[in-house]
Amino acid sequence: MTRSIWISLAVFAAVAIAAPLIGSTHIDLTRAWNGLSPDREILLYVRLPRVLLALIAGSALAITGVLFQCLLRDPLAEPYTLGVSSGASVGAVIGICLGFRAVGLPALIGAASVLLIVVSIAAEGRRLSSFTLLLAGVTMNSICFAIILFIHNLASFSQSFAISRWLMGGLDAVEYSTLAWLSAAIVPITILVLSRARQWNLLSVGEDWAASRGVPSGRLTLLGYVAGSILTALVTSLTGPIGFIGLIVPHALRLRLGADHRVLLPCSILLGAAFLAACDALSRTVLAPTEIPVGVVTALCGGPFFIWLLRARRRSLWM
Amino acid sequence: MSFRAVNLAFEYGLSGATFELPRAGFVAIAGPNGAGKSTLAGILAALRHPYRGSCVYDGREVRDWPRRDFARCVGFLPQTLHLEFPFTVEQVVFMGRTPHAEGWFDSPEDRRAVEHALEITDTAGFASRDFRSLSGGERQRVILASALAQEPETLVLDEPATFLDLKHQLAIYRLLSDFARGGKLVVAVTHDLNLALTFADRILVLDQGRVSAQGTPREVLTPEMIARVFSVQASIHPGPHGAPHIFFEGTT
Repeated sequence: MTRSIWISLAVFAAVAIAAPLIGSTHIDLTRAWNGLSPDREILLYVRLPRVLLALIAGSALAITGVLFQCLLRDPLAEPYTLGVSSGASVGAVIGICLGFRAVGLPALIGAASVLLIVVSIAAEGRRLSSFTLLLAGVTMNSICFAIILFIHNLASFSQSFAISRWLMGGLDAVEYSTLAWLSAAIVPITILVLSRARQWNLLSVGEDWAASRGVPSGRLTLLGYVAGSILTALVTSLTGPIGFIGLIVPHALRLRLGADHRVLLPCSILLGAAFLAACDALSRTVLAPTEIPVGVVTALCGGPFFIWLLRARRRSLWM
Repeated sequence: MSFRAVNLAFEYGLSGATFELPRAGFVAIAGPNGAGKSTLAGILAALRHPYRGSCVYDGREVRDWPRRDFARCVGFLPQTLHLEFPFTVEQVVFMGRTPHAEGWFDSPEDRRAVEHALEITDTAGFASRDFRSLSGGERQRVILASALAQEPETLVLDEPATFLDLKHQLAIYRLLSDFARGGKLVVAVTHDLNLALTFADRILVLDQGRVSAQGTPREVLTPEMIARVFSVQASIHPGPHGAPHIFFEGTT
């Protein structure tokens, strides 16, 4: 159990160290250390913040994926199932059309509004109906998509380009202050979610199953949805929608490590972070100096790997 | 006294049930479809609320019990369990330890309880298998093991043997009967009046959300009661080993 966590930690550390050193221009570590231009600037103000954002975003998306699959008891659930990312996209698209230069704030407002709508539809007293939540999320996703298409249709050429770029999702160098408030929100939520690992096990089986074993199902379900949605909203407002990680990382790890959240959650956090940072490094280098949207890389690398994993598991199950 | 219910009602199913259950023994809850059996089991396990009327366990209203404390006293077995995710048998049984568990890791005490539960339910042989690969009978034994690992003083079961063949039905009922003889209380919803007659110390017959009859199975299970509540003609004769057996002959 602890072995898988140590291995994940090692992979995480390796990627976290290697990723800032990889890029379209070669940088010399000694020159960067001695503060020589441009190596120092590239490392400190271009590569490092971007890699840190990738690590934070990857871990937040993976942990939310685990959480939503557990709470909805649906293997197809992912961080965007409840409509948070399409809400963020609507906010960002409106922001772009109003001429904002940074669309993080409107995206966050969009994500929060959609989340409020979805939760208020699914609330039955103080409980949340997972089934209604799922349907409300799917519906909000299509409504938001329609709104985006509508606005896109009216937008000017340059706005239209900006909208497409946002919808592809991608990582950019951000200010360290942005990273600081992002982690200030994400770290406590992650710790809170981790501390309930044993209870998620029971909730992923069923609400009555958990309740009859002393777990406060209703309250914990609400906590899980809110925590996951905040994580997703914060990350998406900075990166746009990056698909695949929240769906595939939890599944791939469950296939290898089983369903115990005490192993699954820490490993998902570490490997989700490592996976996104590695994909981002690829997206920066493969066609350098052109960048491939990181969502394309996550899908192209993760997809085939996941199919291989599924087939390998099927063989071991039926043999 | 364990459970004491007065005018217990719910938005569906129950409409004013009054009864008392002993501290130990095997109590069967019987009745036709829609009589409120599962609803009652749900309320006894603190899973259905808000209920009307009163349902007291061990001197305290069920709705006022802290969930974790209640789960240390009362265990619940669903009819069956569908898992979406690859938990092993052992992990499912370990979940029963949740109301006792402290912290991140399983304690030696947890491990001992789980090993014991795996052993008496004869499930230790496939402890590391994926729960989803088990047959219905194996699943039911694992669910029972999980409830036994919880070490409750009362077990509430909603038709524990519905999906089982005859051999496994008997095996589960024998286990429950052993558990009850160890000074614990078993409350089991059942459709099978003959199993109730064989294993139960007391039987509670529900009809249209109310208690229609209660007492020992031999007192309660009479051809008249069966005709009145179940609308079935029945007669009761001694079986080959002398124990009474109910024979069903047709609808009234």
